[in-house]
Amino acid sequence: MGYDCIVCVKQVPDTANVTGEAMKADGTVNRAALPAIYNPEDLNALEAALEVRDRFGGTVTVIAMGPLAACEVLRESLYRGADRAILVNDRRAAASDTLATSYILSCAVRKIGRYDMVFCGRQAIDGDTAQVGPQLAEKLALPQVTYFEKFVDVAKAVVRVRRNVGNGWEVLEAKLPILLTALDTSNEPRPAAARRVMKAKRCRSSGEVAAQVAAEMPQGTAEQKEAEHAKRLEQLRIKGLLIEQWDLDDLKADLQWCGMAGSPTKVHRVQSIVLTKEGFTRVEATEPAVRKMIHELIEDRTLG
Amino acid sequence: MIEVNRKGDVWVYAEQEDEHLSDVSLELCGKARELADRLGVKVGAILAGWNVRELSYRLIAHGVDNVYYVHDTRLEHYRTLPYAKSVCRLIEKHKPQIVLYGATPLGRDLAPRVASYMKAGLTADCTDLDIGDYTDPRTKNVHKDLLLQVRPAFGGNIIATIINFDRWPQMATVREGVMRLGDGDPRRTGQIIEEKVPLDDFDLAVRLIERHREARKVNLKAARIIVAGGGGVGSKDNFKLIHDLAGALGAAVGASRAAVDSGFVSKDHQVGQTGTTVRPALYVACGISGAVQHRAGMEESAKIIAINWDKDAPIFSVAHYGIVGDLNKVIPMMVKAIKERA
Repeated sequence: MGYDCIVCVKQVPDTANVTGEAMKADGTVNRAALPAIYNPEDLNALEAALEVRDRFGGTVTVIAMGPLAACEVLRESLYRGADRAILVNDRRAAASDTLATSYILSCAVRKIGRYDMVFCGRQAIDGDTAQVGPQLAEKLALPQVTYFEKFVDVAKAVVRVRRNVGNGWEVLEAKLPILLTALDTSNEPRPAAARRVMKAKRCRSSGEVAAQVAAEMPQGTAEQKEAEHAKRLEQLRIKGLLIEQWDLDDLKADLQWCGMAGSPTKVHRVQSIVLTKEGFTRVEATEPAVRKMIHELIEDRTLG
Repeated sequence: MIEVNRKGDVWVYAEQEDEHLSDVSLELCGKARELADRLGVKVGAILAGWNVRELSYRLIAHGVDNVYYVHDTRLEHYRTLPYAKSVCRLIEKHKPQIVLYGATPLGRDLAPRVASYMKAGLTADCTDLDIGDYTDPRTKNVHKDLLLQVRPAFGGNIIATIINFDRWPQMATVREGVMRLGDGDPRRTGQIIEEKVPLDDFDLAVRLIERHREARKVNLKAARIIVAGGGGVGSKDNFKLIHDLAGALGAAVGASRAAVDSGFVSKDHQVGQTGTTVRPALYVACGISGAVQHRAGMEESAKIIAINWDKDAPIFSVAHYGIVGDLNKVIPMMVKAIKERA
């Protein structure tokens, strides 16, 4: 008995705290100027999976796709209780839109093989699209339950799930496996456990170890570095401290569906919005000025 | 995936629940009409459900030429899989060049599932749509008359224009309320085309067990938008202005302690240290001077509009937009501007 759960998480720039420095002169975003955080609703997805495992047994595997820095959210997942962490890292995956991302993630989930439930956060705060969850479900030919609130009933391979549909809720019954997307209101993510932090803070991926070796052995030959890299990986593996790292070849991904080539949507142009951090925008008590304000609020998604 | 097809129509997914069309679907019909006229093609709408044929006439009145009506008892209530199957089959059959969905919880559940199956692009939460040309910077190929999909990104800090030129249909979800809702012309005529979509066991595997819809009630904590009135509103009768603006915005009504103590509104509307602490997406403070106790209960709001006579009122210290003036004049202007969806 027990359920094998997979959680797809993302490291994102903290868009809630964007300041002037985060925008470059050309109007594009300077991601480096923003702190990178665990996408908030992905923490709810992780919590939902951990609760399933705690109640019924099973495993929780976390996948993050991104640069080596994304290992940070994988370690954070281990601190909170995940059993296994996998980084999907490949330059050829860069510039993937939601469709290509969901394809690559579907390859990773298939490589893991055994699973009963796949959890995603509803949406990531850098794009707010809420597309990857449903697209991943379609790619895996799984039923999807978006806006997960709670399990009403779990009976072997059939679950009843309550979902929040904005103006109400509904209970769906589905046979496993299924994919669920979690909301910030789905649960209260648990904090990191000190005991787990002690161990998992030493977890590293192959790419991180390679970077470490390169920094520590600037004079070393390629062979020496490679040998040192292999040695350290083996030590991590023995201690159970290795974050698995997969590239698109490991995933047997078809490159025509990855990265730029696999992304139908292209960015045509980008404009930055003037940020008024200090002081307030003075609006005259006239119809055109009020209309302009309302329009701005619609544009920046405050209204609508 | 369907091939790039310049003669394809512009489609709207007509979202209905309990035999009621969502406003955003009708807004999209108007926008689709405009886009289709630019392209010289027709407007189609996908209407799926059970016994909702009557809704076709409203769609037609709002600009639709062809309503593709999928009528099936198993589509009585929305479920992702049979609805997504219906939309995909119709797209494959009729090959529209553009498909628009409302960016509602339902639309955001359905559209990505369809996009993944069609291997098509989908831009989420657009605030504007237009037709225009695009030159591919790599190949220098010019793609004419594409759908320009404008959306905020990065937590609303940038506005991006997205296109997709090689894999069709071009699809987007559009936020509610950003397109103008027309009055509709009941004399317009159009066709209703009945469609059958075969559904298999997988499509019907998820069962709807229980369903609950609620009318919105006052819940300050959960409100996305709050319009609050203070002592400056002046009287209980005049507090109607606050309700008017809240109604126009789909907002909850809040109040300062001064307004509650003066009996303009009941205490459960009170925002502040002794009332409810709120952090909505938008807080409109009308005639509230902004004592620290009030500010403590609302200063975490993402956006704050302050309307006050007194240019030195402390409420302006937490405001993003400040209007120094008479709320009796400013509020009706805001209501008008919102109704026009400027």
